[in-house]
Amino acid sequence: MTELLVPITIFVLAILVGFEVISKVPATLHTPLMSGANSIHGIVLVGGMLIAADATEIVGYTLAFVAMVFGATNVVGGYVVTDRMLLMFKKKPTAPKAEAKA
Amino acid sequence: MTISDLVYLAQLAGAAAFVLGLHYMNSPATARNGNLLSAGGMILAVAATLVGLVTRPGGLSTASWAIIIAGFAIGAGAGLWMARNVKMTAMPQLVSLFNAVGGGAAALVAIQDYLRIGTDGGASVSTSVFVVLGAAIGCVTFSGSLIASGKLQGVVSGKPIIFPGSRPLTVVLAVVAVVGTAVLILDAAGTLALGSGAAALVLGVIIASALVFGITMVLPIGGADMPVVISLLNSFTGTAAAMAGFVLNNPVLIISGALVGASGGILTKLMADAMNRSIINIIVGGFGGGEGTVGSAGGGTTQARGVSADDVAIQLVYASNVIIVPGYGLAVAQAQYACRELAELLESKGVDVKYAIHPVAGRMPGHMNVLLAEANVPYPSLKEMDDINPEFDRCDVALVVGANDVTNPAARRPGNPVSGMPILNVDHAKSIVVIKRSMGRGYAGIDNELYGNPKTGMLFADAKDGLGQLVAAVKAL
Repeated sequence: MTELLVPITIFVLAILVGFEVISKVPATLHTPLMSGANSIHGIVLVGGMLIAADATEIVGYTLAFVAMVFGATNVVGGYVVTDRMLLMFKKKPTAPKAEAKA
Repeated sequence: MTISDLVYLAQLAGAAAFVLGLHYMNSPATARNGNLLSAGGMILAVAATLVGLVTRPGGLSTASWAIIIAGFAIGAGAGLWMARNVKMTAMPQLVSLFNAVGGGAAALVAIQDYLRIGTDGGASVSTSVFVVLGAAIGCVTFSGSLIASGKLQGVVSGKPIIFPGSRPLTVVLAVVAVVGTAVLILDAAGTLALGSGAAALVLGVIIASALVFGITMVLPIGGADMPVVISLLNSFTGTAAAMAGFVLNNPVLIISGALVGASGGILTKLMADAMNRSIINIIVGGFGGGEGTVGSAGGGTTQARGVSADDVAIQLVYASNVIIVPGYGLAVAQAQYACRELAELLESKGVDVKYAIHPVAGRMPGHMNVLLAEANVPYPSLKEMDDINPEFDRCDVALVVGANDVTNPAARRPGNPVSGMPILNVDHAKSIVVIKRSMGRGYAGIDNELYGNPKTGMLFADAKDGLGQLVAAVKAL
């Protein structure tokens, strides 16, 4: 249990940071937000790499391979599609004004 | 400082980039850079992990290299192709699909790690807990998101599907998963002495019940509740990734998973509030799913007044304030371009045009905004419900295109399926025009009292045709 205290602390604090950051996102951007958050959990790709490295038999190799495919689809597809959406929000005629202010 | 310390710090920097990336999402002007920053963090975290694996004692075997490279290439190619080719109307099902594979990957990571530890002499109690949670949540998300995606795509019926015994079955599956979890924890604690084979079998039973649970959980949920379901499943995947992080003792996975879990949780709450329904209520029973809720509220058949496109065009041109209320029907008919054309035409004639966006318009949170942005509608004219509602009192013409239940004044009275749902105050406008193919009902399955309002004129047409007729009629004036 003791060795879990630090990870649990990280987990709780990260949830609070998440609440804080995300509650400020306007409704206009909720779809890109969800899609972007979706790409972030593609970080399980890292988990896929770790299990691929430790696998020694056919079951392990298979599970790791499928995890890699799933994780990579999630990460690459997620970021690209989010970018496509956000590009549409940027090319508005009003966008240059907003940028000039910022 | 060793290489593994550097790898850790690089992964931490990646996690920090995720947080900052989400922070930049708070304005349309910075959002794209935020997403790019987040992607950069991801590349850094993945590259650092690879460096860590290569430089560790023993390095990477040829087989591991092959799996990592081939798996990544196939997945990245598939993801890239889908992301490039998806239509914006199909965005909810794609996000749902990406969510499914993310949940599936998290489950696989947890399962494989458990099997590996099992052969190494057994998992500790804490590892077992997180493995089972990661595997179960990941599996529920995987099958649930696939069903949600199928419903949105129309492969699976969008109507609530309830078969005899589906509710008890869902409960039984949950009980099986919980009992299985308890068995594995007792095994890890040494109270039970299962062999590694028996433990793997129990894990298999948990996985199977979680997969079926995901299906039976989403099947009874109707299309109108999809924004809530997608948000909830997104939150689940984040949690599953965090659990995988606990299993692998990897902080970057824990942080990222927690961020996504929080984000999905907030959106789920917002969507549920926008329909005045609890999350439990949505999961347990769909709109209009039995229970004799249909009818009874309206009091007789609604008498509607039909209008012609020419009449509406005159009304619109001589108005000073027009509010367009787009709903999912507009997206289905691919009418967002016709909608923008009409708005621009009216603006060129000095009419002030705004859009009223209900939080649950579309099939995922914020979906309508994306669809209108795609049609080049400037985002400052898209107004959220609380901002636009007072303006309906000053509005000359409210043009409702493809929205239904979110405009039903019946929501202000108790005793019907939409009671208490926050609605757009369309009935406060001086005049109302509804473009709709027929007098058909929305997802709530009740008549819309707005259509019987003496101020309301019905333009019976498909959203795209109706808007096209209006554009032509306005041009002809």
